[in-house]
Amino acid sequence: MDIHEYQAKEILSGYGIKIAEGGMAYSPEEAVQRARDIGGHIWAVKAQIHSGARGKAGGIKICKTHDEVEAAAEALLGKRLVTHQTGPIGKVCGRLYIEAGTDIAKELYFCFLVDRSFERIVMVGSAQGGMEIEELAKNDPEAITKIYIEPAVGLRDFQAREMAFALGLEPELMSHAVKTIKGCYRALRDLDVSMLEINPLVVTRSGELIALDAKMGFDDNALFRQQKISELRDKTQEDPREMAAADRGLSYVGLDGDIGCMINGAGLAMATMDMIKLAGGEPANFLDVGGGASAERTEKAFRLVLADKGVKAMLVNIFAGINRCDWIAEGVVEAVRKIDMKIPLIVRLSGTNVEQGRRIIAESGLPIITAETLAEAAEKAVQARNEAVAKEAAQGA
Amino acid sequence: MAILIDETTRIIVQGFTGKIGSFHAQDMINYGSNVVGGITPGKGGQTHLGLPVFNTVKEAVREVGAEASIIFVPPAFAADSIMEAADAGIKYCVAITDGIPTQDMMTVKNFLRRFPIEQRMMLTGPNCAGTISPGRAMLGIMPGHIYMQGHVGIVGRSGTLGYEAADQMKRLGIGISTSVGIGGDPINGSSHRDILEKFEADPETKVILMIGEIGGPQEVEAGIFAQQQMTKPVIAYIAGLTAPEGRRMGHAGAIISSAGESAAEKVAMLKELGITICPTPAAMGETVAAVLAGM
Repeated sequence: MDIHEYQAKEILSGYGIKIAEGGMAYSPEEAVQRARDIGGHIWAVKAQIHSGARGKAGGIKICKTHDEVEAAAEALLGKRLVTHQTGPIGKVCGRLYIEAGTDIAKELYFCFLVDRSFERIVMVGSAQGGMEIEELAKNDPEAITKIYIEPAVGLRDFQAREMAFALGLEPELMSHAVKTIKGCYRALRDLDVSMLEINPLVVTRSGELIALDAKMGFDDNALFRQQKISELRDKTQEDPREMAAADRGLSYVGLDGDIGCMINGAGLAMATMDMIKLAGGEPANFLDVGGGASAERTEKAFRLVLADKGVKAMLVNIFAGINRCDWIAEGVVEAVRKIDMKIPLIVRLSGTNVEQGRRIIAESGLPIITAETLAEAAEKAVQARNEAVAKEAAQGA
Repeated sequence: MAILIDETTRIIVQGFTGKIGSFHAQDMINYGSNVVGGITPGKGGQTHLGLPVFNTVKEAVREVGAEASIIFVPPAFAADSIMEAADAGIKYCVAITDGIPTQDMMTVKNFLRRFPIEQRMMLTGPNCAGTISPGRAMLGIMPGHIYMQGHVGIVGRSGTLGYEAADQMKRLGIGISTSVGIGGDPINGSSHRDILEKFEADPETKVILMIGEIGGPQEVEAGIFAQQQMTKPVIAYIAGLTAPEGRRMGHAGAIISSAGESAAEKVAMLKELGITICPTPAAMGETVAAVLAGM
């Protein structure tokens, strides 16, 4: 789960990390009020969306008058911002963070993340802040310092100092830097953070160390013990279909194609999508219905897939282990009858009680296309999709 | 010999008396696995499914000589159960539980490394379907009947995609020595490489099918191991060709978050390491058959 910059800053501030003075605004009037409260002569009006690289997308505006703050707020609120992290649909900005302008002397990069090779938390830093770490890793890997943290011992002072020196910080800033770095680590451990990025971490002209931006991601598996973090969820930043799926205990990812999918198991789901692509089609979604696909769950999954109006054909691929093909078949038949499906449906069943399952589909009298193997299922789905599209075109002409 | 488990392996079930634990324990017994009891703290001394229930894993090791365990404990308590098994001297543990926090798994891995190698418990999973040595023993939740006994080792992250592979092979009359699910989590007990190492040492396994997916470095690490230290052929399929970057595809670990983690990149690197690649997920059986025919 991701949170907004302002939420991350609030959390980090509680762990002793310095941030610039700022406040939230949901309207241009509020934005101006926040700027007045903060005082000074320069402010940053920052769009709060769940994505990095907001600056490049025009999501951060530097303003020198209250009128400029108002204009910036008007321009950003309700605007859909597209970054390379949001995908082409982008994310709508519904909240602003108004922050006092910072007099930057130096921009640094700093983050913590889980290293899957070493199975440890790694601290990553670079004196070249402001740009994206992926770019830096590609163009100048020498400029990046990585320090691994032994889980039983935790982050030690010497490691924090090592990082601070690698970031090129002056000795006068050392104790504050150690406090900042250790504070971030404590937040990470306390709150089950999976990724914490401060880019840039800045040294101001008055010699302070400030988190100018902050991005935090949390381990979804740990949210059950992080009640306060769960409450920070901003549902407007998530795909409504994915949220609806999650509420029903299904795992769904919307994609750009037009062949809807319902599959049990994440690996088989990905493999089926690959097979569709190799057969010349494009999947409309990833959908894992999980182990115990009851009739009710099957119907919900169908509704979810079909809510995407771009879907031209639907493929069901179930390999029943704990599950049974006859139960799945009954669920599918019931769902098709209830929903009154208008697009072609291809069903491939395999595993436990496969014969009974196939019989139920055959005897239903519904125009369900069946397949025995994965390859056949994908080919038939692409063929049905192509025929549906051709028919539509013929009707249109 | 198969790897990890056979018909003599003395198995206990942690989370034995719960609904899920009971269901799968019965299924494993029906398959022929040597289940010797189970653990439910507070229910020690009772009998369940005709087998003794113990309060602690230590008791089960002492009383019935438990060697392997399978975990059906809810996510919040699962890491603790894994560490209890390791501490009690269990040799091999399968964690089925889906949803264990990453930091808990880091603690588990760190705890396991404190034991000297010869005393260290082997862990596969979490978030996996388990391990099966067809015709001998099942320590998992898979449909046992789709696996034929034979000489191909399977290691994979996904449950149902593993079933798909076993099914394709059975249709072609190809059997399996052992199939191991390593699970879909970012930090797991054993890597693809760890399992390849076991298969390399197993006289009964002739070739290995590795079923990987997007995210993480494990498939390529396994490929490097195969190239440098293995004599047996390794065949691979990587799921997630169509997966967009930065999106989690069901499994907690199935996310492309840095360079080298996409299916296309992994396939390219494995090819370079001399690994035979299944061109499609529908061709896993055929590809294994072709490699076997060429031996």
